Amino acid sequence: MLRIGVDVGGTNTDAALLRGTEVLATVKSSTTADVTSGVGAAIRAVLEAAGEQAAAVDGVMIGTTHFLNAAVEGRHLEKVGTLRLCGAATRSLPPMIDWPERLRAIVDGGAALVGGGVNYDGSEIAPLDAGAIRAACRGWRDRGVGSVAICSVFALVDPRMENEAAAIVAEEMPDAAISLSHRVGRTGLLPRENATILNASLHRLGRETVDAFRAAFAALGLRCPLYLTQNDGTLMTADFAERYPVFTMASGPTNSMRGAAFLTGLTDAAVIDIGGTTTDVGMLVGGFPRTRSEGATIGGVLTNFRVPDVYSFGLGGGSIVRPGDGLAIGPDSVGFRLPEKALCFGGDTLTATDIAVAAGLVDLGDRGRLAQVSPELARAALAQMKASIETVLDRMKPSADPIPAILVGGGSVLVEGLLEGTSASLKPDHFGSANAIGAAIAQVSGEVDSVVSLEGTSREKALEGVVAEARARAVEAGADEASITLAEVEETPLAYLPGNAIRIAAKVIGELRA
Amino acid sequence: MKYWTLTEEDIDRIAIGCGILGTGGGGSTYHGSLRAKALLREGRRIRMVRPGDMAPDARILGIGGIGAPTVGIEKIAEGGEGVRLLKAVEQHLGRKVDALLGDEVGGGNGIAPMLTAAMADLPVVDADGMGRAFPEVQMTSFFIHGQEVKPAALADADGNVLIVTEATSPKMLEKLLRAGTIAMGCTALMTTAPMTGDFVRRFGIPHTTSQAWTLGNAVLEARAAKADPVEAILNTSGGIRLLRGKVTDIGRRVMAGFTRGRLTVAGLDADQGRVLTVDIQNEYLIAREDETPLTMVPDLICIVDSETGRAIGTEELRYGLRIDILSVPAPVLLRSEIALASVGPRAFGYDFDFVPTGISADAPAVPHYQEAG
Repeated sequence: MLRIGVDVGGTNTDAALLRGTEVLATVKSSTTADVTSGVGAAIRAVLEAAGEQAAAVDGVMIGTTHFLNAAVEGRHLEKVGTLRLCGAATRSLPPMIDWPERLRAIVDGGAALVGGGVNYDGSEIAPLDAGAIRAACRGWRDRGVGSVAICSVFALVDPRMENEAAAIVAEEMPDAAISLSHRVGRTGLLPRENATILNASLHRLGRETVDAFRAAFAALGLRCPLYLTQNDGTLMTADFAERYPVFTMASGPTNSMRGAAFLTGLTDAAVIDIGGTTTDVGMLVGGFPRTRSEGATIGGVLTNFRVPDVYSFGLGGGSIVRPGDGLAIGPDSVGFRLPEKALCFGGDTLTATDIAVAAGLVDLGDRGRLAQVSPELARAALAQMKASIETVLDRMKPSADPIPAILVGGGSVLVEGLLEGTSASLKPDHFGSANAIGAAIAQVSGEVDSVVSLEGTSREKALEGVVAEARARAVEAGADEASITLAEVEETPLAYLPGNAIRIAAKVIGELRA
Repeated sequence: MKYWTLTEEDIDRIAIGCGILGTGGGGSTYHGSLRAKALLREGRRIRMVRPGDMAPDARILGIGGIGAPTVGIEKIAEGGEGVRLLKAVEQHLGRKVDALLGDEVGGGNGIAPMLTAAMADLPVVDADGMGRAFPEVQMTSFFIHGQEVKPAALADADGNVLIVTEATSPKMLEKLLRAGTIAMGCTALMTTAPMTGDFVRRFGIPHTTSQAWTLGNAVLEARAAKADPVEAILNTSGGIRLLRGKVTDIGRRVMAGFTRGRLTVAGLDADQGRVLTVDIQNEYLIAREDETPLTMVPDLICIVDSETGRAIGTEELRYGLRIDILSVPAPVLLRSEIALASVGPRAFGYDFDFVPTGISADAPAVPHYQEAG
């Protein structure tokens, strides 16, 4: 199987071409404002480098921060009508109450809080109020709102009301895009609703972006399916991505970590991704990134997405070095202007890269320009950078036991030798393109997080039901059904709840359908 | 009468302080702060009043949330629960309530009474019954000193109200309220029996909202000045640092509805080489070094992020976290013999007596109190 992985970062677009598990070629090019032309250029370059034909490619996997940037910058977002199914409950905190004012003004198309919702045990809070839903839809239609987010209380215990409400909205607003909270988030009404609204507001951009990718691919002669990578490092089909663009938000660090796992064969390790400006340290557990316990904040909006538990700090190849008594490295960086600013390239700024060049760790630019970097300074700076990584590493490790560390990203040249607290410090081949490789090798997952009552059922039956739903979602996302395996099951007894309710989270993973 | 009328900025400060006084438990202040600030933006007011300024025969009602935090984050309050509680209790008593207060300043319940106060335009007394967080309803200085068990009441988002008109003991009241809460979908607002102004002045822990504000203000000022927020907490709380270190082990499980566990922290910087353990039962209970207790309940063990001064709840603990373990003397009222029977180490199943750490001193009121509000 011939696959192309592409990772679109703020500065660079990386592409990697793989046949099976063999990396044929990797390239780096500049990210473009429209994203698609940069992706097209990177794909063309990587095919050329490997001497392969576009028609032979079986799949293209893209990791992009495009939707994240849109949310952060408040651009290309559309107005959303929010339908909360809640009865009397939850009215003390109406939708979007914790949004930054600026973003709220852009996205808020009006909210309706109507009869509906269930309790933790599945009992109804109030019957679904179809009349109120229709009235709200007419209001949105009149004001030109084209996207609707539906969020029901305890939708993860029983999603049926959200589905029923969606059917009513579809009757009233046949052209509307509809986002359902039980497909987007986890338990926790406000953050789940927020994520659903964000998704709804990105809907048009999602469709336009995916269409643009399809057009670009046709022009390149690619005839294979297109996938986007999501927060957990797995893939979704382009059709699915159109409906759930919000799942791509945090795929960047995930792709790097998955690539690091692939390049080393390690499933449990620390991954240190050193870029031009920042270093991200995360942990691989069972081949996937460890996720944060609290949800991600996107553009100032609290969500409950599981995103990699990554610690970022200001150290990279472009970090500015200030010698002297209190030797300081970063957190400011020359960033993408490294090729003109760094001393070794004839610039006027002493950077971390200059230190690495002076110490002979990497051969870049003109070492003769680095006379001002004494061996003592180089040694001290390298030691300080290493120590700062070691401190963060120790903070992120699951226990005091030494674990292997994988160094990826262009800035990895700054680190030499074994890091403290590690059993090995590895810098695999293609370390600079681990992110694109991570996208190329991605699998397909399905995930469900639900509070279930064991009244009238057994724990095993409840578990089976949740896993079956996760499998169905994986298939919908493009997984080959026969290859699906259970990746995670988490059962949590709930504090202060009577003994018959548990929270079950299940995730399954499978290979991409050929 | 002198009042302190709260602003949105005050709410932020109080929320940070309530987190620190939560001693690891007490629940999140997130929903409460959002709601309080929304009410202020609607033009409602939240006025604090000092316990010493209350008329001796004033009727004061304690209000707070009860239930499972996992449910509370999904089935959020309707908003009118407090007003319905208030009406039901007033009807039962046949007289008006004059002011509200929180039974528990630690965590989200430190803000809960302010929401009802804003809706009903009643003042909130700057005092509580714990000066921190405890896991059970009856663990307050009020019940310890003979607060009536009746009437207590519950209200839920759907409009149900339950009044308990008799209970044979405070412990039995806790059981009845828990049962009612479960029937209400595991999240409710609760009130304990009304108290007089005189009773609250004598048996309330004074100025704990002021204390929360002072702590939160110190943290925010230190952050703004790029100073050490933990030092700022120590300077304003009368506490000491037991250890600055990192979490090296955390054992934790949910048993009979309560989270129990033990935390191990290895010293860093000046504390290099030292190791502390902290016992957890929903809150941080006992801090030990070499098995010798350094601080024990009811004295406060507050754990904060070494860098930001943010309170770290028991559910957030994990390996590698850089934390400061602080010991803050319990309020005077909690250290008496009669109080220790309810909230001392033996009340939590330990077979040793309370040994105090540091000198208790009641917190002063903030200087924001002014005539007419």
